[in-house]
Amino acid sequence: MNIVACVKQTPDSAAKLQVENNHVSWGDSPLIVNPWDEYAVEESLLLREKFGGKSVAISMGPESAMEALKTCLAVGCDETYLISDPVLKGSDVSSTAYTLAKAIGKIGDVDLALFGRQAIDGDTGLTSSQVARYLGWTLLTYVIKIVEIDPVAKTIKVERMMEEGRQVCTAKLPAVVSVVKGINEPRYPSFMGIRKAAKATIPVWKAADLGLEPSKVGAAGAAVTWMDIYPLPVKETKVEIIQGSSPEEIAAKLADKIMAEKVI
Amino acid sequence: MTNKVWVYIDQFKGAPNPASWEALGLAKTIADLMNSGVTAVVLGSGMDAVVQKAFANGADSVMVCDDATLTDYRVEPYAAVFTKMVSEGKPEIVFGATSTRGRDIFSASAADLNTGVIVDATEVVSQDGALVATRPVYAGKLLSKVVCKERRPQMILLRPRAFPAPVETVGKSGEVIKVAAVLDENSIVTKVAEYIVEEGQVSVDSAAVIVSGGRGVNGPEGFEPISKLAAVLGGAVGASRAAVDAGWIPYVHQVGQTGKVVSPDLYIAVGISGAVQHQAGMRTAKVIVAINKDAEAPIFNLAKYGVVGDLFQIVPALTEEFKKRLGK
Repeated sequence: MNIVACVKQTPDSAAKLQVENNHVSWGDSPLIVNPWDEYAVEESLLLREKFGGKSVAISMGPESAMEALKTCLAVGCDETYLISDPVLKGSDVSSTAYTLAKAIGKIGDVDLALFGRQAIDGDTGLTSSQVARYLGWTLLTYVIKIVEIDPVAKTIKVERMMEEGRQVCTAKLPAVVSVVKGINEPRYPSFMGIRKAAKATIPVWKAADLGLEPSKVGAAGAAVTWMDIYPLPVKETKVEIIQGSSPEEIAAKLADKIMAEKVI
Repeated sequence: MTNKVWVYIDQFKGAPNPASWEALGLAKTIADLMNSGVTAVVLGSGMDAVVQKAFANGADSVMVCDDATLTDYRVEPYAAVFTKMVSEGKPEIVFGATSTRGRDIFSASAADLNTGVIVDATEVVSQDGALVATRPVYAGKLLSKVVCKERRPQMILLRPRAFPAPVETVGKSGEVIKVAAVLDENSIVTKVAEYIVEEGQVSVDSAAVIVSGGRGVNGPEGFEPISKLAAVLGGAVGASRAAVDAGWIPYVHQVGQTGKVVSPDLYIAVGISGAVQHQAGMRTAKVIVAINKDAEAPIFNLAKYGVVGDLFQIVPALTEEFKKRLGK
């Protein structure tokens, strides 16, 4: 059973962001594998360990995203591919999904494409569902548990996290699955893994390698464009510390304040 | 007759997602500018009450697919009929509420229809013939303005509690347009086996009041006083990543960058230091109260009211105080 984990390289979640002329930078903060995608990578490794086949990590991005794929190799992925081409610059969700669907098609014989629920930069959480649509595969989002897979009958049973609770469902493979925290505990890279990854050459796929139509990729293929990006306006809040001689007195004063806000 | 502006009404087992009415409210405002009405789209089974509620919240007409295959939410039958409705009705704009189902259906149908989706919008303005939406990115540290300039319809999901809900007018009605399902049961590959739902709990997603616990609660039993306060206030129980990772409370309660993003009217952070990752999930709350023994905790930079002290004394005292005031 072949499993693809789609990963994005993002700035660290604790990075101090700067914006200048609609360009976001993060100083010397490290770039990391999108934290949600770590769960997708780990799940691909667990499934490969259980069912055999290979775990393949792919990423679309600039040359620097090679580092994210090296992390995937270091934790144990069998193969990685970087999809990188200047014409892909300016992609939105739909042109990214189109590109990733083509890449998954090129890998071939894939039963499962795993995604983290969203990337911590764009925060859309829409890409996986569009990839499923372009591939014509089953879509299962917000999966917190893969209960079972039958690689022969090509079926999968999962638990999905909805607002109201978990939905347990069965479906057919091949499937695109987006995963949430709680599905597993991502492993750390081993020393041997890091050495192997350092020496590895990661193949780069260009738009032409995937047979992408120029009108559907990058800025040309984007339906949604970013007009402006700017820091969150700083809310001037000065905290009012509630004091008193006893917990009861503090509670009474705090309750006064909360009631006066008319939020209850 | 369908209108230029549509709203998708999200529901689970017949209970509408309240954020759908917020979307309907915004849709009315935008439709007024275009001299149009608003069509609500309702998908499910046994939807009569939801249809009535859509009229009460301001819909001019309701397009409904009421079918047994839509009893359980599954993306295939939902997106199939939604795509068909939109491609035939050709609205200019389709609004909805950002939810797990909203994201699924809008993104799947947008792929079918070759248009774009904007998710988590917190502000929407009409500008040069298109809607410009503001949405938080990079875990809410930055805001972006985005637009779907050329392709139609513009599909926009609104962040829950970012827009006011309309006032209900009971007894209002209008044209109901019935649409048949597109997929039959045999052609739907996903089958729902069961639901595992924590009974009697208020979900943090749409709660007006959230009381959250963090590392400072010291263990699973530390969530007891927090749950009691939440119950008295009719609110939901939230948690920081530290408390969830320690195994004190299930992940469904986690607020923050790797949990849920919430914007309640009142957020009481108890024993939560307030790392940036936690702030990403709650900084848009209207009133933030912090209770923490460490006066230097970053949560106090965000809070409007703070108590520096022992949560195990303050929280029960606050619960008793609100019991008295709210007559519970």
